[in-house]
Amino acid sequence: MAETHSLQDMRQQAAVAAKVFIQRDYTNGTMCQFQTKFPSELETKIDKQQFEETIRTLNNLYAEAEKLGSQSFIEGCLACLTAYAVFLCMETHYEKVLKRIAKYIQEQNDKIYAPRGLLLTDPIERGLRVIEITIYEDRSFTR
Amino acid sequence: MKNCEYQQIDPRALSVSPLSVQNHAEKKVQRRRRKWEVFPGKNRFFCDGRLILARQNGVLPLTLGLILVTSGLFFAFDCPFLVTHLTVFIPVIGGVLFVFVVTSLLRTSFTDPGILPRATADEAADIERQIDSSGSSTYRPPPRTKEILINQQVVKLKYCFTCKMFRPPRTSHCSLCDNCVERFDHHCPWVGNCVGKRNYRYFYSFIISLSFLTSFIFGCVITHITLRSQTGFHTYLVASNLTTNEDIKGSWSSKRGAEESGNPYSYNNIITNCCATLCGPMPPSLIDRRGFHLPDEVIPVASALEMELPPFTPKSNANMCTRSTKDVLERMLHSSDFHGLCPSGIQKTTPLVQEVPRAPATAEPSLSSGCSRQLAHQAVVDPCPPFSKSNRRDSLHSINPAFRLASPSPTLSRSMPVLGDGCAIGFMPQH
Repeated sequence: MAETHSLQDMRQQAAVAAKVFIQRDYTNGTMCQFQTKFPSELETKIDKQQFEETIRTLNNLYAEAEKLGSQSFIEGCLACLTAYAVFLCMETHYEKVLKRIAKYIQEQNDKIYAPRGLLLTDPIERGLRVIEITIYEDRSFTR
Repeated sequence: MKNCEYQQIDPRALSVSPLSVQNHAEKKVQRRRRKWEVFPGKNRFFCDGRLILARQNGVLPLTLGLILVTSGLFFAFDCPFLVTHLTVFIPVIGGVLFVFVVTSLLRTSFTDPGILPRATADEAADIERQIDSSGSSTYRPPPRTKEILINQQVVKLKYCFTCKMFRPPRTSHCSLCDNCVERFDHHCPWVGNCVGKRNYRYFYSFIISLSFLTSFIFGCVITHITLRSQTGFHTYLVASNLTTNEDIKGSWSSKRGAEESGNPYSYNNIITNCCATLCGPMPPSLIDRRGFHLPDEVIPVASALEMELPPFTPKSNANMCTRSTKDVLERMLHSSDFHGLCPSGIQKTTPLVQEVPRAPATAEPSLSSGCSRQLAHQAVVDPCPPFSKSNRRDSLHSINPAFRLASPSPTLSRSMPVLGDGCAIGFMPQH
C-alpha cells in the first residue's frame, strides 16, 4: 500500500507529459488481446523487449481468463443448475484471473515502469479497451 | 462528457485527466461519489450500483406480473387437486421451474449487459490524433471506419460518436440505453434491458425455463380438467373395464388395493381393457329390424294346436249331425281348398291347400286314384316347413268352415256314401 501511495503522490506531483494508448488487437477475434507494437513515444523511455514482454504476459493472462476450459465449463454448468446462486458465494474464474493481472501490473509498475517515469494503468479501469501508459515528466523525482 | 455534438478535444489543454482530479478533490472534501452516480448512459441503478436497469422499463412489471399471477393461480387451484389425485411432485417441479424463471428474469434485467464505458478524454484525443491527419477541424468529419483483419477476414469497425471510440467487433450502440454494448443482441422490452455479452446466458435460460414452466402448467391444467370431466371419468371406466352402473353401485370395489382385483371382467391390463372395450368385435343387432313380420307364424308350438284339435273334433261331429248335408255339400263345392279326402289320414288334406290354387285339374285325377297316390303326391310336393302342417291344418279350418267337418275321418266316411249319388262334380267319391 505504501507503494501505491507513493505512486499516487508521484502522480500528483509530477506533470503528465503524454499518454500512450495501446489499442486492442482483434486479429484473433473478440478475445481480449493488446497490440504488441512498440509505440514511438516510449522509445527513449524503456527497452523494447521489456515492453513486449509485459504486453505478451498480459495477453496470456487474458487468454487464460477467457479460455473455454474444463474449469470454466464446470463453473458454468454448476451456476446454471443452482440458478446462478453460486455466484453469491464464490467468484468466477475470470475474476480470479483479473486479480492476478492487477497484481502483475502493480508488480511491473514497481519494478520496471515507475523507475522510468512511466505508469501502467490496468486495462480494466478503461473498460478493457486500451492499456494506458502515462509518461511523467522527469522533473520532481529521481530514481 | 455528456456532449451530443462533436467537439474536437485539444490534448494540450489537458494537463491532468479531469476525472481523476475531480475524484481526488472530492475525496478530500466529501464522501466519494460512486461511478454509477455519474454514469453518462440512460440507466437506472439500484442497491448502490449493484443492480442496473435501462431507464425505459419497457414491460418488465407486466412480465413479472404475468408470471406471478399465472403461477399463483396454478399453485392455488391446480396443485391441491393434483396432489391428492396424482403425486406430490407436481408442486415441487412447478416450484423449481418458477424459481428458475424468476431468478433468470431478474438476473437478465438487473445485470450489466456488457456496457463499454465511454472513452476518457485522453483516449478520445489520442484517437483523434491518430486518424485526423488532415488537420481540418472546423467541420464534423465523416463517419469513420477502421478496417481490420479478423481471422483473415476484413471487418470494418465503426467509430461511435457518443462513446468516442472505435467500437470493437460485434459491439453496437443501443439508442434506448445510450450505451455501446459488447456482443449486442437486442434491447428486450419484456426484460427492460439490453441483451448483450454478459447477460445473454441469463436471457436464454429465462426463455427456456419459461417455456418449460408454461408447458408444465398447461399440461397440469389439461390434466385437471380431464380428471374432473366426463372424458376423464369414462377414460377411467374404459381402462378398468367397468360400467358407470357398476362404478356407482360399487359392485367390484369391495376389494381395495389391486385396481382390478374385484372386477371379474377385467383383463388386469389397462391396454387390454381399452382394446376390448373400444376395439373389440362389433356384435350384430339381434332384433332383425328389417325382417318381414308374419302375423300367425309368430305363434309357435304344435302342442297348442294338438290341444286345440281333439276338442274340436267332437264339436264338429255334433255340428255335422245337426246341419243339413246339403249345406255341407254346397260349402264343400265352393271351397277352393277342398280336395280329395282320404279317410285314412287328416294330414292328407294339408298339401292340397297349396296345390289347389295352382293346378286344380291335376288335383282331381289324383283324388280319384286313391289315398295312396295322394299320399305319395303329398309326400312329393310338400314344401311346408316342419311345424307348419299343424298350422296348415289350422288355416284350413279357419279358411273353410266346411273343412272342419272334413277333419274327422270317420264322420266323413259316414257322410260320403250319403252324398255320393247327389253330386258328382266337386265331390269325388272314394271307393
